[in-house]
Order: sequence, then structure tokens, then C-alpha cells
Amino acid sequence: MTIIQWFSLLFCVSGLFFFIAGTIGLIRFPTMLSRLHALTKADNLGLGLIIIGLLPQMSSFNNMLKLVLIWVLVMFSSAACSYLIASQIVTDKPHRNKLINTSSKKENK
Amino acid sequence: MIIYLSIIAFILTMLLMISLVYILRAPDNADCLLSTQLVGTIGVVILAMLSIIKNQPYLLDIALVLALLTSILVLTFTQLSKDTS
Repeated sequence: MTIIQWFSLLFCVSGLFFFIAGTIGLIRFPTMLSRLHALTKADNLGLGLIIIGLLPQMSSFNNMLKLVLIWVLVMFSSAACSYLIASQIVTDKPHRNKLINTSSKKENK
Repeated sequence: MIIYLSIIAFILTMLLMISLVYILRAPDNADCLLSTQLVGTIGVVILAMLSIIKNQPYLLDIALVLALLTSILVLTFTQLSKDTS
């Protein structure tokens, strides 16, 4: 394996780690906002690291440009969608009560 | 190199299946949205890896469309629930 392939493999494996952490966090975290936090790690760091790893493997400059375009699109869309979901959670009244209750339970413990 | 990328793509497929099962068991609507966004992102990554493994660049176009559709889906559902409530 050449040094470019080691570079690529290193970045892909570290991106995979963030995807595994994001999925486990989405399933195991207690409140909605913390699940959103875990998802954001998978979206930004996982996708970014894997795309950096895949860039040197691409065949032409055109495809590399397309891969970077995917990265920018996912970063902008995930920022906007996370904002929308979080604003929906915060403005929804039963959810807010649930958030307050879980936080007070933790303080009591 | 292709073998290592295939192994990583296989593990990502397992994560995709776990997220899809979590959509069925999600306790709330917002959880379904979060899980759908994760499924979209993992799908984009798997398609970008497959375009290198199979050496076929058109899969990158599919990944681009999938990223766009996921963002439109989440945006539509949040606006929909805001209108009804």
C-alpha cells in the first residue's frame, strides 16, 4: 500500500468511528436535544472525514469537485434541518415539559 | 484498498439497518425525522464509497440527489407539523 492509500484508510476509519458514535448516541441518549447533538456529529465530522479520505482515490478532477459539492450541500442542509427540528422541539409544549422533568430528575439524583 | 473500503461500506450498511429499525420503534415524530436524516447521510457515504469500489462515477450524481432529497424531506415535515399544530 502506498502512503496515499494509508492516508485514505486512516481518514475513512476515523469517519466510520464518528458514524458508529452517532448511531449509538441516537439510540441511547435520553432527551431529544442530546440525540440531535449526537446526530450532528455523524453528519458533519463523519461525512467530512470520509470525504477527505475518498478524495485522493478519485479518478478525475471533475469527480473530486462533485464530491466536495456533496460535502458542502450536506453541511448546509444539515445545519438548516437541525435548526428546524430543534425549534420544533423547543416550541412544542409537551416536549418542553418532558425536557424539564428529565433534567430535574437528574438533579434530584 | 478496495477490500478495506468494502469492509467499511459493510459496517455502514449495518448502521443503516439499525437506524431503519429505530424509525419503526421511535417514540416520537421528531425522532423519526432525526433517524431519517441519519439514514440519508449514511446512504450518501455508502454511494460515494461504491463509486470508488465499482469505479463508476455516476453513483456520485445519485449521492448528490439523495442528499438534496433528504434535506427537502426534513424541511417539508417540520413545516407540515408546524401548520397542523
